[in-house]
Amino acid sequence: MRFYNNLTISQKQIVWAWIFLALPVLFYVVIRFYPTANAFVLSFQEWNLLGDRKYVGLENYAKLFSDPVFWKVFKNTFMYLILGTPVSLVLSFIIAYHLDKVRFMHGTIRALYFLPFMTSAVAMAWVWRWFYQPVPIGVFNNFLASFGISQIEFLSSTTNALPSVLACAVWAGLGFQVIIFMAGLRAIPQSYYEAARIDGVSTWTVLTEITIPLLKPTIVFLVVFSSIGFLRIFDQVFNMTTNNPGGPLNSTKPLVLLIYDTAFNGFNMGYAAAQTVVLFTILLVVSLIQLRLLKDS
Amino acid sequence: MKRNRLRTFMLGAATAAMTMAAGTGGASAVEIEYWQYFFEARVDAMDKLIENFEAANPDITVKMTHFPYDSYRTKVAAAIPAGQGPDVVQLFYGWLNDYVEAELIQPLPADTFPPEKIEEEFFPMVKAMRMGDSYWALPTAVRSLALFYNERMFEEAGIENPPANLDELVETAKKLTKKDGAGNLTAVGLTTGMTAQDHHWIREVLIRQFGGEPYLDDYKTVNYNNEAGLKAFGFYNDLQAKHGVTKAAFMDEPQAAFKAGRAGMHIDGSFRIGALESVRGLKWGVAELPAGPDGTKSNYSSYWVNAITSKAEGEKFDAAVKFMEYLTSDEAMQIWLETVGELPAKPSAAMTDENVNHPVYGPFIKGLEYAKTTVFANESAQRQAMVDMMQRIELQGQALEESVAQAAEEEQKILDEYYKK
Repeated sequence: MRFYNNLTISQKQIVWAWIFLALPVLFYVVIRFYPTANAFVLSFQEWNLLGDRKYVGLENYAKLFSDPVFWKVFKNTFMYLILGTPVSLVLSFIIAYHLDKVRFMHGTIRALYFLPFMTSAVAMAWVWRWFYQPVPIGVFNNFLASFGISQIEFLSSTTNALPSVLACAVWAGLGFQVIIFMAGLRAIPQSYYEAARIDGVSTWTVLTEITIPLLKPTIVFLVVFSSIGFLRIFDQVFNMTTNNPGGPLNSTKPLVLLIYDTAFNGFNMGYAAAQTVVLFTILLVVSLIQLRLLKDS
Repeated sequence: MKRNRLRTFMLGAATAAMTMAAGTGGASAVEIEYWQYFFEARVDAMDKLIENFEAANPDITVKMTHFPYDSYRTKVAAAIPAGQGPDVVQLFYGWLNDYVEAELIQPLPADTFPPEKIEEEFFPMVKAMRMGDSYWALPTAVRSLALFYNERMFEEAGIENPPANLDELVETAKKLTKKDGAGNLTAVGLTTGMTAQDHHWIREVLIRQFGGEPYLDDYKTVNYNNEAGLKAFGFYNDLQAKHGVTKAAFMDEPQAAFKAGRAGMHIDGSFRIGALESVRGLKWGVAELPAGPDGTKSNYSSYWVNAITSKAEGEKFDAAVKFMEYLTSDEAMQIWLETVGELPAKPSAAMTDENVNHPVYGPFIKGLEYAKTTVFANESAQRQAMVDMMQRIELQGQALEESVAQAAEEEQKILDEYYKK
């Protein structure tokens, strides 16, 4: 107690700060950092969940980088990112931009857009999966067939499957992005628009010179947020292709699904940990780029 | 075979109320613990077995604990080395290697379970549970494949009997297939889907029927990249490519097409019976799998087994042995059949007149006499090799020979990696 009493006020504040921080720190160390570190160690080992762990050096990584399936999956993961992020952003911006101007039943329409975001990804994926089936059960193909147009292979084609899965994922995340964009639009001071109107500037110029530049923080946030989301895509893919996860011929398999399969079907925990470390690295790089972008604005 | 079921199990686990074993109480000397994963019918059946066992052995109580399937393996692995957890444990037959190697289970004592006696009493595929001179685990119940057929569609097409061989299978399927004006399939003659049971049908049934043997050296060497294998895969591929009586993954899942009355015939396991019984308006029958060109019959069987863990010692070990004896008795097998719908693992319990002539169980039970059990290193990965094989042919136009060769190579790699230790 003597020791505590001799401290200065600012030192006492520090002591109290650490006392309050102790619980979250403990939580992070035990629940987050320890398992993360463990996963790094595990990635240099071989373990089937049952026996002893055995050190194998870089074998897991060597195997990973020489595995054509890994590179296919790696490419798929980035396809989800490269197609998904711009498409979902452009779509949600267009919707938000126009929805912002709508007064008629504004709340209801906004709620309708937000609805998919609140729906369970599993339920949604299954409904979309049935939509995509060939006749006689798929909605899309039944519609085409009733006009005598030949069927489209959605999920059972190596080229169409990934965009088909992605469409469902984009649709699922749209509501959230629309809401964020609308908040961003509302935050732009009206005085800019009034000034532009007095100057007689065209709508296009208003959009490109005022709205979009002032939305930059919103856009950066959404780019980063949805990038991480698409890099970690799993629910939609897994549920839409459960019988042949990530198929056909690995054309829809993302990294997370590969990890899941290696770990819980193959019980090859070391190899799965190595894949996880790779995913972690990718996410880290993306996050660092995010910090860079945020600094600029 | 296990995957699809497990998904159902997990759903069941999430929604069903917990039913705990009511096996505690009474002034008993020994208490042993039994673990299995959660599936309601299995838990119910085990409750009954424990009740009967305790009535016969008042000095022993059995406490059952169950877990959702996805955490089951981890829990077992963590508990036993720590001296906790079960004395008798349930595992999938394909996990035996891993469990023995990790020293989680011990061999069954030869005085109570002499290997010769087991081989005499059980169906032959149970041999997979023998390592060296002793048996390590034994099943209460087993599962096999059979041909389900839609009786209404058979009547409509004027077909009297289910096909007895592969030629008849093709002819029957042709009569049952329906197409719309644009040539789209609206009902298939026979369901196909390598992701369902077809990879078992090809491995253990078709390849053998065309004169081959799917694996050599105790399932460590792939042996289907040869004439018999090509004939088997060719026959299977022709169903869709040449005869047009099916489409892979028609209506998403083969069993869904059959349930909806959009498939004339469907090859599936005995575990499908329960699900089909609850479909209203569907009239279906069961027949043995069609025989091969030279009359060869074959079938695939899989099962869950019970084993005594390395933790059980002294009087607990003795009690565990007694419990294992009961779990492998005819009485237990009959209870399991009636509660879970899985087939008895011993001919003495299975081949009773009542069971063999049972319209639904009969064909499955007959299949057990000549069933084989594939020893998998990694079932889902080995299945994937076959799924990809058919898809390369269908989607990328690869030649059959090439695709089979590639699949054989991929599967051999999986086996080599697993057994390299």
